Amino acid sequence: MSQSQIEIQLVAALVAAACAIPGVFLVLRRVALMSDAISHTVLFGIVIGFIVLRDIQNPILIVFAAGAGVLTVSLTELLLKTRRVHEDAAIGLVFPALFSIAVIIITQNFGDIHLDVDAVLLGELAFAPFNRVDILGASLPRGVVIMVIILAINLVLLAVFYKELKLATFDAGLAAALGFAPALIHYGLMTSVSVTVVGAFDHVGSILVIALMIAPPAAAYLLTDKLGRMLLYSVMIAVAAAIGGYWMARALNVNISGAMASIVGLLFLAALLFAPERGLIAKSIQRMRRGERFAVEMLLVHLTRHENTPDEARENSLPHLIEELNWHPQAARMTVIRAASQGWIEQETDRLNLTTKGRARGLTLLAR
Amino acid sequence: MDIFTLILTDYTIRNVVLGALVLGIVSGTLSAFAVLRKQSLLGDTMSHAALPGVVIAFIVTGARAPLPLLIGAMIAGLLGTLLMGVITSQTRIKQDSAQGVILSVFFGFGLALLSWVIRQPGAEHAGLNKFLFGQAAATVESDVITMAVIGGIALVVIGLFWKEFKLISFDAQYAKTLGMPIGRLDILITTLIVIAVVVGLQMVGVVLMSAMIVAPGVAARQWTQRLGVMVVLASLFGAAAGVTGALISSAALNVPTGPVIVLCITAIVMVSLLFAPERGIVWDAFRQARNRRTLLERLKHEPKPGGAPLPKGAYKP
Repeated sequence: MSQSQIEIQLVAALVAAACAIPGVFLVLRRVALMSDAISHTVLFGIVIGFIVLRDIQNPILIVFAAGAGVLTVSLTELLLKTRRVHEDAAIGLVFPALFSIAVIIITQNFGDIHLDVDAVLLGELAFAPFNRVDILGASLPRGVVIMVIILAINLVLLAVFYKELKLATFDAGLAAALGFAPALIHYGLMTSVSVTVVGAFDHVGSILVIALMIAPPAAAYLLTDKLGRMLLYSVMIAVAAAIGGYWMARALNVNISGAMASIVGLLFLAALLFAPERGLIAKSIQRMRRGERFAVEMLLVHLTRHENTPDEARENSLPHLIEELNWHPQAARMTVIRAASQGWIEQETDRLNLTTKGRARGLTLLAR
Repeated sequence: MDIFTLILTDYTIRNVVLGALVLGIVSGTLSAFAVLRKQSLLGDTMSHAALPGVVIAFIVTGARAPLPLLIGAMIAGLLGTLLMGVITSQTRIKQDSAQGVILSVFFGFGLALLSWVIRQPGAEHAGLNKFLFGQAAATVESDVITMAVIGGIALVVIGLFWKEFKLISFDAQYAKTLGMPIGRLDILITTLIVIAVVVGLQMVGVVLMSAMIVAPGVAARQWTQRLGVMVVLASLFGAAAGVTGALISSAALNVPTGPVIVLCITAIVMVSLLFAPERGIVWDAFRQARNRRTLLERLKHEPKPGGAPLPKGAYKP
């Protein structure tokens, strides 16, 4: 691997980790789509910042962009407070408007500088190694420096406010009652999202920012119930998608951000299908098992009820079960085999007899 | 030359204006349903999810004919909605996260495909980019005709299923007890929203199309309590914003159409929220101030507690 390849992957991995951390709280607090809104409106902040500062490299642009993020959140809440607009409609009204203003200003004033809309949506990670800064005598890609700072900010905020965030996320009412200001935590989180988006979208584009913020935490949400683990898994999934996406992009000669979003999608799909307990496959197996267990229990109850009655011979036979319980013959035979393998019944041709163990089980079921 | 002669004579301007008109009417009508069903951001998700469909349709057909691309977009958009439904109904992941995942992953995949197509030799792929950001000025007559036909079909379907859509928008539970196939009706109305999105995509682009599925409905909702009036108003607002935006951007040099249309419809929403009769925020503020005044007046005139007993029937709450 050449140095520039390593540097691109480093930037991508840093972006991924930095996005996944606030993303966990967006997903848990059910405000995932704020990342969609903010990733578009930071453009508005950058445009205004550029008009004021006249310098696209100025670090203070981040303040303007973060301000635009907070403005988006406040405008959305303002609309909600009028009680005339539903939450998703409020988001859908605010960000296209701010984004439109930004696009119009860009096309009107600076058609020639590095502020075109394509770059905003798509990003170009391949250019990351060319933009360098000197720090302590070492020449580093600017993206690495910025993303290390943002990741560090996110980690420090997470460490300091972990307890507060956890409480406010899972029990907002209790958090408010204990005196944590829910609005402060909400705006704090949104500011952190905005800063992360600004740092990240320069490299990977706004769409991948959304993908990295939402998909890894959503996948991790299917894998664990613990907040700490969810954070860890999210970061791991995001970084894996970043590195994997880079190599996929190289192999197939496609846009790096697009490839990373595709990989993150595949990882999410894998979690959706194969997650233990919560995955679709695990769930359908659980459903099947429940159905099977219920059928066996029903069989035991039936046999217990009709044991030692005059028409026992007729009732407790396989053909009669198929007829009376309206079971499919194949399913009925499977149920009998399952009950027999548990040692609950014995089969003599069509006649079904309870064992001692099976009778005890049937009686407990009946007593319920 | 005055503007009306220009609309009638200038080929480009006429197409842009007609296209914007169709877009406004179709998306306005459907936004009324999207807003009532609290599915406003569905348009956002669909417009992003449609991209891989557009690119795959291009790869398969090898041409940039509008119809196959629109069909590709529709299939991808519907697939996205379907997956979203599976995620929200089968797991504990909520609607917002499911939308975020579908939107970003589909769009990212579309971008990867698009970058692959663009790096292939040949010039046929020129113009595929306009599905990303919209390019109203590039609208040609065949685009307008395709938009009008597809949009017209969507409107006819709404007319045919008017009663059903009305009921599932306001009281889906009741519709279910009446034995309506709400699952299928749900898919139908989502398909129509996808159609509206796809129709507008090449004019205003992915990001701004989402506004057209939200804003006209929100604006119209402020003026009326009746669905019929709301749908008509929403399509009028959509059409007004579309045509005004198209005209402004063709009058001023170098102003993109999509953003101007979005700002027009945003202005309509703001006016509606503030000044619509009954629901307007301004009238609400007046009413509250007046109520406060009359209450204070009344308290001033009413006898203090412990004073003379009130005459019979004097107390009116």
